[in-house]
Amino acid sequence: MNLLGLYTSLKIRSMANTINTADLKRQHLFDMLFRNGTRIFAFLVLVLLGGIIVSLIIGSLPSIQKFGLSFLASSEWDPVQENFGALVPIVGTLVTSFIALLIGIPISFGIALYLTELSPKWLKRPLGIAIELLAGIPSIIYGMWGLFIFAPWFGDNIQPWINDNLGTLPLIGEFFQGPPLGIGMLTSGIILAIMVIPFISSVMRDVFEIVPSMLKESAYGLGATTWEVVWNVVLPYTRVGVIGGIMLGLGRALGETMAVTFVIGNAHELNKSLLMPGNSIASALANEFTEAVGDLYTSALIELGLILFFITFVVLSLSKLLLLQLAKQEGKRT
Amino acid sequence: MISLYAKRRFINGFNLAMSLAAMMFGLFWLIWILITLFNAGIGAISPALFTEMTPPPGENGGLLNAIAGSLMMTVVATLIGTPVGILAGIYLAEYGNRGWLAPATRFINDILLSAPSIVIGLFVYAIYVAKVGHFSGWGGAFALSLIVIPVVIRTTENMLKLVPNSLREAAAALGAPQWKVIAQVTIRASRAGILTGILLAIARISGETAPLLFTSLNNQFWSLNMNEPMANLPVVIFQFAMSPYEDWQRLAWGGALLITIAVLGLNILARILFRQKTVN
Amino acid sequence: MFADGQKIKITARSFNFYYGKFHALKNINLEVPEKQVMAFIGPSGCGKSTLLRTFNRMYDLYPGQSTNGELLLDGKSILDKNMDVNLLRSKVGMVFQKPTPFPMSIYENIAFGVRLYERLSRSEMDDRVEWALKKAALWEEVKAKLSQSGLSLSGGQQQRLCIARSVAVKPDVLLLDEPTSALDPISTAKIEELVYELKADYTIVIVTHNMQQAARVSDFTAYMYLGELIEVGKTDMVFTNPKQKATEDYITGKFG
Repeated sequence: MNLLGLYTSLKIRSMANTINTADLKRQHLFDMLFRNGTRIFAFLVLVLLGGIIVSLIIGSLPSIQKFGLSFLASSEWDPVQENFGALVPIVGTLVTSFIALLIGIPISFGIALYLTELSPKWLKRPLGIAIELLAGIPSIIYGMWGLFIFAPWFGDNIQPWINDNLGTLPLIGEFFQGPPLGIGMLTSGIILAIMVIPFISSVMRDVFEIVPSMLKESAYGLGATTWEVVWNVVLPYTRVGVIGGIMLGLGRALGETMAVTFVIGNAHELNKSLLMPGNSIASALANEFTEAVGDLYTSALIELGLILFFITFVVLSLSKLLLLQLAKQEGKRT
Repeated sequence: MISLYAKRRFINGFNLAMSLAAMMFGLFWLIWILITLFNAGIGAISPALFTEMTPPPGENGGLLNAIAGSLMMTVVATLIGTPVGILAGIYLAEYGNRGWLAPATRFINDILLSAPSIVIGLFVYAIYVAKVGHFSGWGGAFALSLIVIPVVIRTTENMLKLVPNSLREAAAALGAPQWKVIAQVTIRASRAGILTGILLAIARISGETAPLLFTSLNNQFWSLNMNEPMANLPVVIFQFAMSPYEDWQRLAWGGALLITIAVLGLNILARILFRQKTVN
Repeated sequence: MFADGQKIKITARSFNFYYGKFHALKNINLEVPEKQVMAFIGPSGCGKSTLLRTFNRMYDLYPGQSTNGELLLDGKSILDKNMDVNLLRSKVGMVFQKPTPFPMSIYENIAFGVRLYERLSRSEMDDRVEWALKKAALWEEVKAKLSQSGLSLSGGQQQRLCIARSVAVKPDVLLLDEPTSALDPISTAKIEELVYELKADYTIVIVTHNMQQAARVSDFTAYMYLGELIEVGKTDMVFTNPKQKATEDYITGKFG
């Protein structure tokens, strides 16, 4: 070591001893402040959820007191007589979401399968991004497009065919009879399907990609076809994740407001036919809330919101639990 | 034997073809929607769109007040939501390995992340708008910030968790107190990812309509007063598109195109940013 | 244990360590002499890294880990609740298996630790950075690019940067946790040379599963197996004339 080095080294040694306790105390204080500061914000999230539930319950109290459980079973919606029931929007929400899943799941599965097993490597990324962009488009755009473009086209070209072919079938025929209005429950369900496809397919793609290639290779090694590998190996291996993704999509479909509001028709009527207009919880809120006159009307709408929140809470909790289970399984595997 | 194999091959071929068809199906809607949007929207894009106020039916006008209102509420919501989200995300990632609070918060945050946005609007209406007695820009901004928070929490936590523990240990091994380890090392290592999350959150709220319906509502006139009802693109689009007036509908398409470009642009920007980070 | 009456830097007495219920270190009794190099060897999972990580209480960062027994640094208990962990760590530096440069410039990587406990003027800090980089034999390679990111260096350079960073805060003890396992042979040789030079000023404990490395760099060697300390002594004694059959088997490659 040269002289300068020796000198600095000596100087440093003398300085290193000057650590003072005030400094240390301050560091501890900062540590404590930082930890508790961030903790408060984490806690705030819990408070937020609690606040949402409590405020919705308080808001719906007048309606709950007036109608009780019959609110859930009644299909009345009469603002003039102040007689409200949630059956129509609940059914509408569930039916449109069900249609969305019915169409969305197989399509999403196909897309995920294509992206993980079939797509040429150079196309994987752009295609994946394209599908995710579909998820990025604001829902109001879907709604406008649905109202101005899709519904008229659907009414002119597809609904008559549905009437003629599906409408004449025994048992399910009556679901498919009705005037070709374009708008209605079926249209809403289809648009919701388009909206949930990117969600479900990207979860499916992600879980398909974590399947160990050795597992797939050993199935291929037995002479299995691509389809057999995916259906018999990949899908069972990832089923929890797949179901979690589907539930996520369902959560999205249940709460979707704008896309549905444009095309569902906003009719408080219970119809067997899917071609007829209906209503969903979210679109009833969007359409009527700001115009609602009187406490009971407002309260009934808030109770609708509470019901919607409850349904999505259950669905999302279930999906979260499933995904947690998946994570646990993975933990065991490694 | 041969026939069984032929059958299997047929099933395989058929299903893979269906998979390709599903992919086309997905792309088909994307392309259809984007083409419609550009066709109908381009015609509405003009200087007036950015310089004039929303008109009454039958008159010419633009979307200036709505654009300004949207920008303002988005900025305020981001300013409120981002720090809250980052701090809570830090707690989950850095202190979240012990105690009950972190797992509970994580669970709830995931619920809020996909909670129906209209319910968020209802909540802000109940606790704020109804109390002050009128719709306002603040209400809209609060509602949007409640959508920003879970997104930012989730990405902040995920990005911090990507930072290898060895880096935390290395900083701690020098005697750094934990807050310095976090503030100067781990946050710094994950800032590109966190920024991506913020961009995605902004993209998400730029297109949100439902939470604004009961909070900021709309305003036909120029106003930057956050205490008054505030115009914003999504609600204007909603009202104009649902109206029977053709010139309103045309403006709605213009607004829709603007929003979509903004949202997709932010999405792509976020992707590029994140990719650069992961390449590093 | 040590004939030449060296001063003892770290002492472990009936020291135990648990991950949850797993008994990871069993009744460790050990003395680490000052300004010497001690190597911990043993098969993977034997607890050598775990033991090393108790010397600066790194385990504190994670829940569910606990200790009992005695662990002393300069005669003062490391495990004491009142012991300031950050201060302890500023005296007991650590270098990890893989290089861990912070996401900041080379200069800032060094200055980060120094600023924690000292207030230096700009020129003093410049001196300190230069001094630390020289100590780690990195100065000549990086002096022209101190403001570049630490991540821009090669693996071996990054590891020497990490050593410089630890040295810069002037610790008493340097803990090296398999510091060369991720490096090429040339970088490894440089680091080994460095260890040899650094022991003039520091007490060094190095974990390695490369026995040649232990033999080359250390004065004392401790052999561990399944959480127990099997044998400890002067390196040449342990390697040429081990007292325990297990140690001999491991060293001669019959096992491990």
